[in-house]
Amino acid sequence: MAVGVLALQGDFAAHAAVLRRLGESVLEVRSWTDLAGLRALVLPGGESTALLRLMDGGPWFDALRAFHGGGGGLLGTCAGAILLARDVDPAQPSLGLLDVSISRNAYGRQVDSFEAELDASALDDPLLGVFIRAPRFTAIGPQVHVLARRGGEPVLVRQRRVLAATFHPEIAGDDRVHRMLIEISAGTAPAG
Amino acid sequence: MKAAATGTLRIKTGLAEMLKGGVIMDVIDAAQARIAEDAGAVAVMALERVPADIRKEGGVARMADPAVVSAIMEAVTVPVMAKCRIGHFAEARVLEALGVDFIDESEVLTPADEEHHVDKHAFAVPFVCGCRDLGEALRRVGEGAALLRTKGEAGTGDIVEAVRHLRAVTAAVRRLGTLGPEELMHEAKSLGAPYELVRVVASAGRLPVPNFAAGGIATPADAALMMSLGAEAVFVGSGIFKSSDPAARARAIVKATTHHQDAKAVAEASRGLGEPMRGLDVAALSPAERLQTRGW
Repeated sequence: MAVGVLALQGDFAAHAAVLRRLGESVLEVRSWTDLAGLRALVLPGGESTALLRLMDGGPWFDALRAFHGGGGGLLGTCAGAILLARDVDPAQPSLGLLDVSISRNAYGRQVDSFEAELDASALDDPLLGVFIRAPRFTAIGPQVHVLARRGGEPVLVRQRRVLAATFHPEIAGDDRVHRMLIEISAGTAPAG
Repeated sequence: MKAAATGTLRIKTGLAEMLKGGVIMDVIDAAQARIAEDAGAVAVMALERVPADIRKEGGVARMADPAVVSAIMEAVTVPVMAKCRIGHFAEARVLEALGVDFIDESEVLTPADEEHHVDKHAFAVPFVCGCRDLGEALRRVGEGAALLRTKGEAGTGDIVEAVRHLRAVTAAVRRLGTLGPEELMHEAKSLGAPYELVRVVASAGRLPVPNFAAGGIATPADAALMMSLGAEAVFVGSGIFKSSDPAARARAIVKATTHHQDAKAVAEASRGLGEPMRGLDVAALSPAERLQTRGW
């Protein structure tokens, strides 16, 4: 079964490259009808307002919630994490599949974008976080596990089959977060 | 906490990666910026006059008033770009100080320096620059540009130059892949491009930074054409706010850019948009009227 990458807008090609490196067959998803038959889906970085506008044309939210409900794994990075969240500030529609509140562009503008090593004990060694006009998790629900932190703040979280990062593992060239998505969707990862 | 690094090349090109598959729209005030964002723009380009008006009105075209740039930054949450004149590093510093997310060192404005472009390595903010061929593209990357775009011929609504420039770059990248290592120095000399970058492109088979299309895109099909030729996103200047229904045209170009491989979707997006910008035939322009020959 293929892994999908939402390809409406954003750095979907970078995600597809990581997944192919891991030996996955990858489908670029441009229609909600493409979701059938996928076992996992990546919601890439990009501009969340543009992604939402491009989803206006069809029942994307219903289809994505059904995909999740049907056992599909999800990974959202940056704008993708914003789409997955329960609450978004400044307010905009979101899927609510991850019990977190998230604040958009929370570190400032592009000149404040940065890269730094993360504390990621769940992934054994140091993980490089590339933060680009990144959001911040401002509240985390009881079912949500923190997998990596930056200065004590959560930056990579998991709630069962949903993974979300405020940074971009696909830009850092690190495959571990994507490997975790594959393990989660195959049922071979520890419960989380 | 471990130290953080800002302004690295990875951070700069990273923002360009996030804009892929999207449309960046020229705006001259906060109201236009909101229309663009609402239509699904991935970023807006703040400037004083759109290229079609710069052509019509003449005079020296400069960086926009910081008050206008700031008002646009206040109005939207998408990234805000702004243009500085070629070689005008003081304008670039002003734009960086204002906190814009990307600077376009642009031939649309009147050049400040006929020999030297801005040293873009000296900035934390990323730069986009125009190019007509691979040599120009790699000279700009050598100076630190994090993103390239075709120059096309801005303010005309005529796509022919953008097509020419994108095809020229693509063909030259393909050609590099056919050369042996001993041929690359001569190729670098003929391109007028840094040898190390020529080697990088020859071995990777692609440009070291993303490449978008600009200069003459006026319709959804124009955007689909450029994406299908290998552009990774599109800039639309005068094409939106010089048309009869900017909001509808902006939404349509966004849709056609994403679904450029799906002709039915492009057809649907193109339906009933009203008058496009009137436009100018590039072939009828005198050499002095061509903006693309600014810079080298």
